[in-house]
Amino acid sequence: MDVIEVSGLSKSFGKVKALDSVSFSVKRGELFGLIGPDGAGKTTLFRLLTTLLNPGTGTASIDGLDIIKDYLKIRSRVGYMPGRFSLYPDLTVEENLIFFASLFGVKVEDSYDLVAPIYKQIEPFRTRQAGKLSGGMKQKLALSCALIHHPSVLFLDEPTTGIDAVSRGELWDMLQKLKEKGITILVSTPYMDEASLCDRIALCNEGRILGIDSPQGIVEKFNLKLYAIRADNMFTLLEAARQVEGVAECYPFGQTHHLIADEKFDIHRFTEQLEALSNLTIKPTKPAIEDVFIKLMKQ
Amino acid sequence: MLIVMLIPVILMVMFGFAISTEVNNINIAVVAPERTGAVKDVVGRIAHNDYFTFYGYIDQDQIDKKLRSGKVSVVAVFASNFDRRMEQISAGLPSKPVIQFIVDASNVNTASASIAYLQSILPGTASQQAMFETRMLFNPQMKSAYNFVPGIMGLIFILVCAIMTSVSIVREKEVGTMEVLLVSPVRPVKIVFAKMIPYFVISCVILVMILLLAHYLLDVPMSGGVWGIFSLSLLYLFLSLSLGLLISTVTKTQVAALLISAMVMLVPVLLLSGIIFPIENFPKFFELLSNIIPARWYIAAIRKMMIQGAALAAVWKEGTVLLGMTAVFIGVSLKKFNDKLE
Repeated sequence: MDVIEVSGLSKSFGKVKALDSVSFSVKRGELFGLIGPDGAGKTTLFRLLTTLLNPGTGTASIDGLDIIKDYLKIRSRVGYMPGRFSLYPDLTVEENLIFFASLFGVKVEDSYDLVAPIYKQIEPFRTRQAGKLSGGMKQKLALSCALIHHPSVLFLDEPTTGIDAVSRGELWDMLQKLKEKGITILVSTPYMDEASLCDRIALCNEGRILGIDSPQGIVEKFNLKLYAIRADNMFTLLEAARQVEGVAECYPFGQTHHLIADEKFDIHRFTEQLEALSNLTIKPTKPAIEDVFIKLMKQ
Repeated sequence: MLIVMLIPVILMVMFGFAISTEVNNINIAVVAPERTGAVKDVVGRIAHNDYFTFYGYIDQDQIDKKLRSGKVSVVAVFASNFDRRMEQISAGLPSKPVIQFIVDASNVNTASASIAYLQSILPGTASQQAMFETRMLFNPQMKSAYNFVPGIMGLIFILVCAIMTSVSIVREKEVGTMEVLLVSPVRPVKIVFAKMIPYFVISCVILVMILLLAHYLLDVPMSGGVWGIFSLSLLYLFLSLSLGLLISTVTKTQVAALLISAMVMLVPVLLLSGIIFPIENFPKFFELLSNIIPARWYIAAIRKMMIQGAALAAVWKEGTVLLGMTAVFIGVSLKKFNDKLE
């Protein structure tokens, strides 16, 4: 039996359907990513699985415990880090950790082996108020607090949102280490580039899951011809490229634009038509997860 | 925290002295052409009276200036042949007035109070003194502080317990810490009750402080027994705490909690519980409405015990009403309390 099993889970707030019959499962010791933009329903899903909300329809279980019936039992064995910084800003780093340990009825020393690799990085600031930490340090502290009671499942709602690239990297390294210790991790992120760091990912948008697979598997499903195009004037290029026959899709992608071609596309005709643009380059490229996401979203 | 402890002290002192309806420290100056023994005797009476502060002797031409500048509120002008006229009066002979009081009437209250005081100090007009005696049954010195103490107590505990409890619980929701607290094995009810403890302790300290201030600073008699007052106040504390809990269960933001507290509690408590306006004077509708305000019952009971000297047994009706309200508030808030986010 899988650690997290979700089947047909739906949740509405008034007329807004935040989640629309979502189903997936996460294996023990897996690092599972929910990838999707804001408003995809990720936070609602987290709140349902951490028993903070009751689902409209559908069922879900954590460690074999039903999220409605056994919600109190679930609460003692999951670790939850909300998307918003949710520690006490006027308590110091150390006090926060002690507080959360006592909340779960454990001693900081007992869980120190698990928390230490993360907590060591913020320990020099242990007398500082949590509210005065930098974004990255806040997240490290929050993660430490979420781990203090040795949870078997860890729910991390957008842990890397709003923090710098170095801290993001460090945080993902920590997640890999926690995974090695056998903790099942469900993590959400709006950053597509972080998806490849997960074992498996679910792409979600507007309350629905568009596809579930390993990051590689997801990319391999992309069966269209993809080109990367550049020119000096990127905006004009985007407008112009969309007019060319055989261009199914053209969208900005980092430094370049990505262009999805259909059967009628002819690369020579494309360059001829856009001759006026200086320094135009076009070359085939490999799809990234974002390309898959955009493709699935259009369907 | 400090502010919470200071508010009651400030309120007590403010209502007890500054905002009292009685008039204190009336500055009085005297114009006396001849400072004879009889004049000094009258001036001495005035100067030794607690209500007056003797400013000093001034000249005739300074009267207007002193009154205008507000340095004095009353000027007593003695007649030039004061001694002789007084003799005439005591001999029963008709005489012109011997003292003229020039009063700054820009504050009508102060003015009329000063006149009344002066008349009672000075010889003659015995009928006015008799009037005072019959009117002030429980408050012979007309000390307004007596009346304010129960009101302040009713107000402070609502303020500290209900408002602060609800705001501090709702704050957890707003900051997001409630989310983390809920996803823990600790039952939320326990969390909420734990949050109430500090406010309960603070309120108990405040209660003791108010009672001490009332007794030693304002000389409130409390002849009904301190323990009765104390136990009824404890009941009122629980009531306020449960009211705060109730508010915290129905609001999501601190602002909303504050607004509800202010609208639903502070204003009615101030206006309808008899702190400022006597309930007997209310129109029928408001009189009925005041029945659902807990502070009304508490203040009435405390008034009876503090000022009229009633024992705890004598306020069983108020006590029962408060007990019933507490039960209802706790019951409803526990039922409404949700250990989920919605």
